[in-house]
Amino acid sequence: MNLRVLAPGLLTSVQDGGRRGHAAIGVGRAGAMDDVSLRLANMLVGNAQDVAALEITLRGPRLRFEADALIAIAGAEIDARCGDEIVPLWRPVLLRAGSELSLGGMRHGTRAYLAVAGGIALPAVLGSRSSDINAALGPLPRALAAGDELPCAAAPRVLCGDLREALGALPFEARTENRRVFAAKWSLDPSSWFDAGATRPIRAIAGTHFDRLDADSRRALFGAEFRIGVDSNRVGCRFERVPLKLAAPIEMVSAGTAPGTLQLPPGGVPIALTAEAPTTGGYPRIAQVIAIDLPHLAQRRPGDAVRFAPTDLAAAQMRYLERERALAKLASWIQARLHRPW
Amino acid sequence: MNDVHIEWLGDRALLLRLGAGIDATLNACVHALAHTLREAALPGVVDIVPAYASVAVHYDPRAWSEPAASTAPGERLAQRLLEIAAALPAPARTALSAEQGTVLEIPVCYGGEHGPDLADVAGLAGVGADEVIARHVAGDYRVAMLGFAPGFPYLLGLDPALHAPRRANPRTRVPAGSVAIGGAQTGIYPRELPGGWQILGRTPLTLFDAARDPPALLAPGQRVRFRAIDADKFAWLQKSAGARPSRASREGFSAIEPCFFAADESEAGRDKSRPYDAGQPR
Repeated sequence: MNLRVLAPGLLTSVQDGGRRGHAAIGVGRAGAMDDVSLRLANMLVGNAQDVAALEITLRGPRLRFEADALIAIAGAEIDARCGDEIVPLWRPVLLRAGSELSLGGMRHGTRAYLAVAGGIALPAVLGSRSSDINAALGPLPRALAAGDELPCAAAPRVLCGDLREALGALPFEARTENRRVFAAKWSLDPSSWFDAGATRPIRAIAGTHFDRLDADSRRALFGAEFRIGVDSNRVGCRFERVPLKLAAPIEMVSAGTAPGTLQLPPGGVPIALTAEAPTTGGYPRIAQVIAIDLPHLAQRRPGDAVRFAPTDLAAAQMRYLERERALAKLASWIQARLHRPW
Repeated sequence: MNDVHIEWLGDRALLLRLGAGIDATLNACVHALAHTLREAALPGVVDIVPAYASVAVHYDPRAWSEPAASTAPGERLAQRLLEIAAALPAPARTALSAEQGTVLEIPVCYGGEHGPDLADVAGLAGVGADEVIARHVAGDYRVAMLGFAPGFPYLLGLDPALHAPRRANPRTRVPAGSVAIGGAQTGIYPRELPGGWQILGRTPLTLFDAARDPPALLAPGQRVRFRAIDADKFAWLQKSAGARPSRASREGFSAIEPCFFAADESEAGRDKSRPYDAGQPR
C-alpha cells in the first residue's frame, strides 16, 4: 500500500525510534522529537513501538491512502478530517481505500504523529528510517514534499482479519452511505502523556559546568522564565529572554553530547540539544533536560514560556523506569483491545 | 587508567573524562578505553563516542536497574565503567610508535579554486604557499574524533606553524572534501556544509557514504597522511567512480583499534583567542 503526499504541510518527516550505534562516526540519533507520542500512535495500530511514522509540525499534510488503512494520530491536538468526516485522535481509525486525509492546524502542541498499521516501509539507513534533515541522512533525507509516495508495509495479519470483521459487523447503512472513517469507540486519555501547557516546569539535572555560571545566572537558570526562540528546530531549542553568563571563560575541547544537553554558547542564550543535534559539542554544559521531559519540551512552541526545575540523577531515572512500566502496561492493554470487536 | 572521572550527561548518557585539552597521548588513551568498552559489550549501552579527552557512553537505564537497589542505575553503570578503566593499563609511552597502525593517504588538490584560503594561511604563517603545502603533507595525523557532521574527522598532528584562526566571516557553503584548518585542528568536510575554517584544498575522496560499509572513510584513531595532487588528477579521481584511498586496505580503516603513537610534545595548541569556542568547524 502506498501513502501519497498531496501537500506536505509545514514540516512533515518520516521518524522512528532513531538511529543508534553510529554516534562514534558522527551519526546522530534523529528520530521522533516526542518519542512517547510516536510510541503510543504505533501501539494503537498494533505496530512495534519504534516503527516509522510521520512527524507533523504545526500544520499538517494532505495524504491519500490507496488502500484500506488502519491509522492512529497521537501528540499535538491537530485538526484531522476526511472530507466532512472528523478523524478522532488517540485511537485506532480505519480509513477506506481512496481516502484523503487532511491534517490542518494544531490547537495545542507542536508535533503530532500519524502511524499506519504495518509502518512506513522505506529502506532503513544505518538501522533507522528516520529523516535526519540536518545531516541529510536517511532513506528520505529531507522533509516530505508533494508527490512523495511512501510505501507502507502490510499490517499485521491478525489485525487485518479483525478489521475485516469490524467492517463486516458495521450496520448495512454505514457501508452504503460512503462513510470513509471508522473509529474505535475507545481512546487513550492523552492527559497522562501529552502536555503542551507552559506551566509544567521542564526538569533538568545541573550539568558539569553549572557551577561555572556566575551567581545571577545560577539563580536564573532554575528561577527565571525563558521563552522558546523562533529559530528552535529539530537540532536544538533556544531559551531566550534571560541571557546567562559564565563567571569566567572555560577552555574546552569537543566532547560527546546527548539529546537534552543544555549548552551555553558565548552569546548567552542556552540551547537544549534535540533529535538532530551533532554527536559532539564544545560549549559548556550547564544542565541536562531529563529524558522523560524531552517529549514535553518538544510540544512547546516558539514564544512559549519555559521554567526549569532542578532534579537529580536518581529521581530522573526512577521516573524514567516508572514511565516505561506504565507504557508497557498500556501497550498490553491496547494489544488486548485491538483484537476484540470495536 | 585510574585518573578517569565521571561527568553526567543527564539520565541516559555519561562522559568518562580522561583529561583536558588536545594532546596525542591523552587521545591514544581515549581510543584504547573506547575500544575496551566496545569489546566489553555492556548491557544497555547503545553508543560509545570517543572525543579528544573523553568517552561518552549512551545507555538505557532499564538495563542497570535492580528492584530495591539503593543506587541509581547510572551509578551502577558508572561503577562498572570505572572498574574497566582501572583494569586497563595506560598506553605506555615507550610503546608509542608512529609506525603502528595503517596509514590512510588522502590526495588533496591544494590552492586554486579548491583551496581559496591557502594564501591567507601562508600569510598568517609568514611563509610561501608551497611551504604551507609542504608542511601540511609532511604531517603524520591521527583521527582524534569524529563529530560535527557524519564522517567529519578532527585530526591531530597539525604543524604548529600552520595553526590559523577561523575566518571572521564563515562561508555558508564549504564544498564536500574541503581540507581545512581551524586553530590547531585540521579536518575534512564530508559534504557541503556551512563552515568557518580556512580551506587549504580539497580531496576527491568520499568521506561519508551511508550505503558503504563502513560508512565513514576514517575511523577514530586512524592514521592519516595527505598527498598533494594537481587539479587534473583531482578531476580524474573525482570522475572515476568510487574514488578510493591509495595504500590502505579496507580492513585498515574499518578496525577501531587502540592506537598508540608518539606523544606530541609540541605545544598542543588550543585556539586561545576563542576560549569558549565549540571547536566546531562551523
